[in-house]
Amino acid sequence: MSTEAPQRAGEIIATSTTDFTAQCYELYQLPPLGSPVKNGDAELEIYAIVYNATTSSIEPGRHPIARGKDETSEEAIYHSNPQLEKLLRSEFSALVVGHKAGDKVHHYLPPKPARIHSFVHLCSPQEIRDFSQSLGFLDIIINSQLPIPRDELIAACLRQISRAYEDADSFLVLVGKRLAALLSDNFSQLSAILERIKQ
Amino acid sequence: MNQDNKEPKLGIIVAGSLNKGIEVKLDGSASVEDVAVGRYVAIEGRRHRFLGMLTDVSLGVTDPHLTLTPPDTNDPFITEVLSGTSAYGTLHITPYLIIGGGASIIEGPQPVKTVPSHFSPVYLASDNDIELVFGKEDKDRFWIGNPLDMETKLCLNLPELVKRSNGIFGKSGTGKTFLTRMLLIGILQKSQAVNLIFDMHNEYGWEGTSEGSKRKVKALKQLFQSKVAVFTLDEENSRHRRVSTDFTVKIGFDEITAEDISILRVTLNLTDLAVEAAYQLQRRLGRSWLRQTLELSDEDIEDKLEGLNIHTSSLQSLKRGLNTISRLPFMQPHVDTPAVNELISYLDRGINVVLEFGRYKDITAYILVANLLTRRIYDRYRDLTEKAMAENTQPPIPLVITIEEAHKFLNPEIASQTIFGTIAREMRKYNVTLLVIDQRPSGIDSEVMSQIGTKITCLLDNERDIDSVLSGVFGKGELKSVLAKLATKQQALIFGHAVPMPVAFQPREYGSAESYRSFTDDAGSAEQAAKDIEELW
Ligand SMILES: Nc1ncnc2c1ncn2[C@@H]1O[C@H](COP(=O)(O)OP(=O)(O)OP(=O)(O)O)[C@@H](O)[C@H]1O
Ligand SMILES: [Mg+2]
Repeated sequence: MSTEAPQRAGEIIATSTTDFTAQCYELYQLPPLGSPVKNGDAELEIYAIVYNATTSSIEPGRHPIARGKDETSEEAIYHSNPQLEKLLRSEFSALVVGHKAGDKVHHYLPPKPARIHSFVHLCSPQEIRDFSQSLGFLDIIINSQLPIPRDELIAACLRQISRAYEDADSFLVLVGKRLAALLSDNFSQLSAILERIKQ
Repeated sequence: MNQDNKEPKLGIIVAGSLNKGIEVKLDGSASVEDVAVGRYVAIEGRRHRFLGMLTDVSLGVTDPHLTLTPPDTNDPFITEVLSGTSAYGTLHITPYLIIGGGASIIEGPQPVKTVPSHFSPVYLASDNDIELVFGKEDKDRFWIGNPLDMETKLCLNLPELVKRSNGIFGKSGTGKTFLTRMLLIGILQKSQAVNLIFDMHNEYGWEGTSEGSKRKVKALKQLFQSKVAVFTLDEENSRHRRVSTDFTVKIGFDEITAEDISILRVTLNLTDLAVEAAYQLQRRLGRSWLRQTLELSDEDIEDKLEGLNIHTSSLQSLKRGLNTISRLPFMQPHVDTPAVNELISYLDRGINVVLEFGRYKDITAYILVANLLTRRIYDRYRDLTEKAMAENTQPPIPLVITIEEAHKFLNPEIASQTIFGTIAREMRKYNVTLLVIDQRPSGIDSEVMSQIGTKITCLLDNERDIDSVLSGVFGKGELKSVLAKLATKQQALIFGHAVPMPVAFQPREYGSAESYRSFTDDAGSAEQAAKDIEELW
């Protein structure tokens, strides 16, 4: 396991067995779509894939309004309105795809969900490689109900994971074949995903 | 069961039955283009190792959409991902033997009685597998070639082979003669049998030709001088071809019997009544019936044929036929020592005899002589074998008689009458078996065909010929596709008594100096071979 301190991505503000939502400490400091994140401790570490991100007003009733009429750039707007950083927040949601109990990685749902206010970290390349030794998690994504197109998520996730591999091409061929088996009766979905992961 | 599989894995079993064969889904890494029907594959079942033959190859897709909107094949990534997954190859395998695990460990390869379980991995068969099944080259086993696409030597147990009559088939120019010549060498060296070859085209005795290079190839006598004698029906022609012959065969009129005439009915264009007349005349006139019949003048007819029910037109028809025979240049009114005696004295000494026909390639001469000599030889073999059994003495050396254009002797019309039909049917009751060579096996009587122990067939393209060769064989439908896909030359399929399972193979190369050396080397008597070769060069 990697020894460098894991990079914190946010803090959980909503949670369930199948997914959780975390808020970032800095506005827009969102993990990329499809990136593997983790939560929990050595006893039970939950793995999840970022599938959605939003930035919105802190108070549900108040909508942001346009402020840049006299400004020349976006940065200038934030510069002239420093309170914005406090009024807005960035959140991301992640789909739970497995967990690690003790030393063992499982590609199925953990016995209990993540806890509110617990931290979410980005997975290290080593963790990503360990987790993707088996591709069972693809199954969970394919069978999930999500607000975004699943093909997009699968492709994004595989692109992210492949970055942890030195030989990304072979990894993608391998997962491609696994997908072909999982989607054996749905060639159009398969080719949509393949189109999105080819380099 | 954990043999090392050094050969590449092809795929896994996904379906099948013992009768219809096994379906194998090809792995993505294996391409259908790398495998060809006729290849041997090994299947690593849970408890046994199976050996089978690849008999069909097909392509499939998991989703029909794929065929309607094919993927971008220019993209290597997409192609690589899809091949073996969404688009895959299927192999059809006919299982034949269990070669590892269970009883086979002690008793050697066993015929299959079940199929390997689901998802058993399938590999190309290894050299080891082949050796396990067919054995290594040794004092009995003769190397006849290599299984298709393999380096292993395919060996044939020759003492076992010559226990039955055998056949070599294939359409014209596919390599029957080359294959036969090689097999004759094997028989000469390892079968403990002696050969008699009725050599219609003069290609087994001294030398033959290779049509590709138009060069000469050595035949038996050049390679095994001390073990082979060349007899000829046409001394002049043999001399012309500079063949040193051992004996010139002449046939006396009085050696011809009505039976000989009867199997020539079709070739001599005789009526049934004319054949019947021959039998009657022989009965009435005795040994010299042929000469007497030919000499019959119109006046004599009344006297001589009194009481015989022979119509003039039948007699005329018969006389025309007998005339054709008597005009054959090797025919003589009388021969003091019949050729058959000389022939037998060679065979008794274990010397192989090739009888060249010289210019007399006409089928009448061939059938007449082969039939006539074989009948005499067979009679003698029968007497000797019976005597040996009664008196517990040494039976005669087993004899293998090679005939070409076998359907002329063994067609349904005459197979029951000719000596060849008898020999083919009774296996080797009297130590005589046949090696028949034919390009039209469908012309051979089906009962005779079913008695042929081991069949070696080169490419055949006529449906009826294919059917007749494969009739009664396990996995016939599958072998048919293998047979039909053989190369037009120098590839053959062997199956039957002397081989544990069918094999498509490439016969040994014949004709180079190296090939001669390899043939003469395993002669066993290396000294003799060396001496023979010395005399040659
Ligand atoms: N084992 C072999 N080694 C080398 N050449 C071969 C071999 N088998 C076949 N050939 C080549 O193929 C040609 C045809 O073979 P062959 O004469 O044996 O055919 P065939 O079946 O006897 O034909 P036909 O029916 O006309 O008698 C040969 O002349 C030779 O050039
Ligand atoms: Mg020939």
